[in-house]
Amino acid sequence: MTIDHHILSVLVENKFGVLTRVSSLFSRRGYNIYSLAVSPTEDDRYSRMTIVVDGDADLVEQITKQLNKLIPVIKISELADSDAVERELMLVTIKGGADTRSQVTELASIFEAKILDVGFEAVTLMVAGQPDKLDAMTDLLKPFGIVEMQRTGRIALPKLSRQSSKLRVVRNQTA
Amino acid sequence: MKLTGAQALIKSLEMEGVEVMFGLPGGAILPVYDPLIDSSIRHILVRHEQGAGHMAEGYAHATGRPGVAMVTSGPAATNIVTPIADAYMDSIPLVVITGQVPYAVIGTDAFQECDTVGITMPITKHNWLVTDAQDIPRIIREAFHVATTGRPGPVLVDFPKDIANQMMEWEWPEGVDLPGYKPNLKGHPKQIKDAAKLIGESHRPVIYAGGGILKARAAEALRELAEATGIPVVTTLMARGAFPDSHELALGMPGMHGNYTAITAMQKSDLLIALGARFDDRVTGKVDSFAPDAKIIHVDVDPAELGKVRRPDVPIVGDCKNVIERITVAVKADQAKHEWPDLSDWRATVKGWQVEHPLFYDQPEGGPLKPQFVIEKLRELAPDDTILASGVGQHQMWASQHWRFEHPYTWVNSGGLGTMGFSVPAAIGAKVGCPEKTVWAVDGDGCFQMTAQELVTAAAEKIPVKIAILNNAYLGMVRQWQELFYEERYSEVYLSPDLPDYVMWAEAMGCAGFRVETPEDVIPTIEKANAINDRPVVIDFRTDYREKVYPMVPAGASNSDVIIGPEADTRGGR
Ligand SMILES: Cc1ncc(C[n+]2csc(CCOP(=O)(O)OP(=O)(O)O)c2C)c(N)n1
Ligand SMILES: [Mg+2]
Repeated sequence: MTIDHHILSVLVENKFGVLTRVSSLFSRRGYNIYSLAVSPTEDDRYSRMTIVVDGDADLVEQITKQLNKLIPVIKISELADSDAVERELMLVTIKGGADTRSQVTELASIFEAKILDVGFEAVTLMVAGQPDKLDAMTDLLKPFGIVEMQRTGRIALPKLSRQSSKLRVVRNQTA
Repeated sequence: MKLTGAQALIKSLEMEGVEVMFGLPGGAILPVYDPLIDSSIRHILVRHEQGAGHMAEGYAHATGRPGVAMVTSGPAATNIVTPIADAYMDSIPLVVITGQVPYAVIGTDAFQECDTVGITMPITKHNWLVTDAQDIPRIIREAFHVATTGRPGPVLVDFPKDIANQMMEWEWPEGVDLPGYKPNLKGHPKQIKDAAKLIGESHRPVIYAGGGILKARAAEALRELAEATGIPVVTTLMARGAFPDSHELALGMPGMHGNYTAITAMQKSDLLIALGARFDDRVTGKVDSFAPDAKIIHVDVDPAELGKVRRPDVPIVGDCKNVIERITVAVKADQAKHEWPDLSDWRATVKGWQVEHPLFYDQPEGGPLKPQFVIEKLRELAPDDTILASGVGQHQMWASQHWRFEHPYTWVNSGGLGTMGFSVPAAIGAKVGCPEKTVWAVDGDGCFQMTAQELVTAAAEKIPVKIAILNNAYLGMVRQWQELFYEERYSEVYLSPDLPDYVMWAEAMGCAGFRVETPEDVIPTIEKANAINDRPVVIDFRTDYREKVYPMVPAGASNSDVIIGPEADTRGGR
């Protein structure tokens, strides 16, 4: 994982079109989204977006400030890598008839992946974990031949033990 | 009380204090035009929806109140996209209402359907699609609140036809509740102290006043700060009028076509006090070499402007008026406590530049007619508080340079987007907002042809604006670039001086039309135009097509390399 990844945890109003507003802002200002995940929160008036962006600190500051200008954006926190628990989910279909299946299942068990579906010529796995674990697993599966793959993008929450001291609330500049 | 959605919309606009709106009806907005008949709101029927948008902008520029425009769906909504983008760039409070196909058929490619909310999302501060008539009062309140508070800007409310016909129970909300929108107006006390401290340590400070001064109604506060500190003030294209040009601390406009002194004072300063300004590329030139020795105090109500282009030493998020007033108080307290730097050497240096490199042009007695001469005479013959609108091009730069601005809200122009065709409708909107003031527009022949039809609106509605076309027969600004940077290879910039015949065209639109070809005719014709107050006036000034706008900092060059005159090698700076 490179130092240039920044994880923004963005609390937004759970309203029609909010995702479009966020993604339209990114494309208009030429910012790159590395991954984006949207999920409901404990309060159904709000959703949480976990956005991973690449860039230096100045760029991330600009992105945060511009995001804050969107009316449905309530609060933005930047989660430092070391202070967040993150997970990502991957589904992957790999080529593999009877001859290679045992090697694939062995890999799957090392990575605590689950076998979701088995066909004559292929097998579909599900694996959850840190994004770099999914990267590593992808590399190891490549030689078998990846037919199809999908990842959810990471979701993250602050680590509990350090939540108050290290969670940087970026909103305070406007609030 | 039960109302239809359409009635609720009109009533909500009345509750917001709307006195006038600019628009043009059509299928999807038809239901709303019916209760309008019984409303106190004056509606001005435009000839093209772009005109409605620019009129609303001109109205907002001149009055500070939000401009309101209403048009139908589809092609009308797309016609008003340009003014919305223009208002977004220049932070003009605008409330645009667009008709939409019935909510029930949205997404089916119905007749005159287009995704107005999607199209305008990146050029509005916020927009709303009304999905229930019960929400109308709340949405209109929110729309006006968002448009006019914090950093102002355009908002849009998309209004489906079936919602207009739906019944609702009228209730006007107490206030607005937008948890994600709480502009910070106050400014941090510590940063205000730091700003005063930095000012007290600087020897070559310059106040860099931007359009935010006008939005915050902070012209008086700016003047007090300048006078308390003796710091010279540059006013950007968006801030002309925010500080009187006749003031001894006034340096005029900086930037690509700014004057030598304004550009150079910033360039050599050790402290820039940026107030409601956004370090636009037309001001900074090459950013890396802009004001290289200057520390920066940056005040803006939009936190995203702080550090967007240049990292400030003292960033202050807040309303310009409030923050400037408090900086002045802090400065005065510091001045009482310890010795304050003597800026008289710096001011003398600046004066020296003003004497050495004034703006200049030469009007030969027998002609050809120079555009700058026309602007100076227009100014001399106009009342002191005359509002000046302009289009985009050479004439705009000459207007900003050669008009003497003495009062805030007397300059209406398209800065950030540079929208040709802005001036005629914007002047009309300004005149509607300030009927007691004289409103002149200085327009280019190219610009005039883009929106001139709104003079029909002005004639029909008896809005007596005055238009001075600086007719150089060219898309002059583009011609200037081709002359200077494309080896005089002129590509598609010739327009012709007499096609169209501007005098006949003006008269056909119900205006008075005059033509001026020689310097002697300038004053008498302006006097004739000034005497007409029952209809719009158009003067076709045939100006010298060879005249170029100077000084000039070529795009991408450093502000230290300003070209001050026509001989390309008369370079100033270091
Ligand atoms: C809508 C639009 N189209 C094109 C341009 C590019 N442009 C900038 S200035 C200019 C020439 C304007 O010509 P005119 O109105 O005659 O003014 P002049 O420069 O001759 O004073 C053009 C084409 C623009 N700014 N806006
Ligand atoms: Mg021209």
